[in-house]
Amino acid sequence: MFAVLQFPGSNDDRDMVFAMKSVLGADARLVWHKDAELPAGTQCVLLPGGFSYGDYLRCGAMARFSPIMAAVTRFAAAGGPVLGTCNGFQVLCEAGLLPGALLRNRDLAFVCAPAHLRVERVAAPFTSRATPGQVLRIPIKHGEGRYHVTPEKLARLEAANQVVLRYCTPAGDVTDAANPNGSIGNVAAVCNAAGNVMGLMPHPEHAVEALTGSTHGRVILGSLLDFLGSRR
Amino acid sequence: MKALVHVTVKPDVLDPQGRAIQRGCASLGYRGVRDVRQGKLFEIELDAPDRAAAERLLLELAAKLLANPVVEDYRVVSIED
Repeated sequence: MFAVLQFPGSNDDRDMVFAMKSVLGADARLVWHKDAELPAGTQCVLLPGGFSYGDYLRCGAMARFSPIMAAVTRFAAAGGPVLGTCNGFQVLCEAGLLPGALLRNRDLAFVCAPAHLRVERVAAPFTSRATPGQVLRIPIKHGEGRYHVTPEKLARLEAANQVVLRYCTPAGDVTDAANPNGSIGNVAAVCNAAGNVMGLMPHPEHAVEALTGSTHGRVILGSLLDFLGSRR
Repeated sequence: MKALVHVTVKPDVLDPQGRAIQRGCASLGYRGVRDVRQGKLFEIELDAPDRAAAERLLLELAAKLLANPVVEDYRVVSIED
């Protein structure tokens, strides 16, 4: 069962449940941030996009004080898969579950557009359905998505294969012009050293039906589904 | 006690807001304004046995909550009884 966390100010929570449940046919349910425990049977935790706690102090900074986050930290430490999209990515960075931080976009503008993403890491649980170098088209919508680590830290993340997706051109070239927010190394997604926690700024839950322009979000969400199936 | 804690983006981290403000200054005719960095100033009222203890507490608070040490620097500007 997929547990989709709901913080005050989350706004992609229901879209995430819709994508997992109605499109991919998985069992998914909303979990309120004040709950102290994840529901029995939780196999994966999804932190949705939005503006948790109104982005007070810094994006994602207050959500780590929600009671459910202690349970999420224990779940992640035990190897459970945890995925944060957009604000969920910011929350995971602020909670120390992922390296780095997300800052105001380079050009200050809120960017709402399809993004092309080159797959840099093909591995369960998040990208097993992808092929190396595959270009995914998944929308982004954020004002604070500029991923930052020091260049030395980025080199360590790259060496450890923790950079999962990079912003690129439709042909798959990683260029500055294809970088929508100024993220260092064009990083759009990173995972932790163990590989069971990932954050990404793009919204896979908004790219699951051809009607809305792309089904590439299923590559990521479907990989999670496969992973859960393989562990049954 | 009353204290001021200042949080800024680290010098090597791009501050696009500060840059936009600098350009705003220039377009108002203030050509001498060469650089602007935008930060946050926290006004904090607290109870502590003495100023040294207050400073320790404030630095701890800054590291844990007021600032994100990955991208921000912080300092205690003042502590008044």
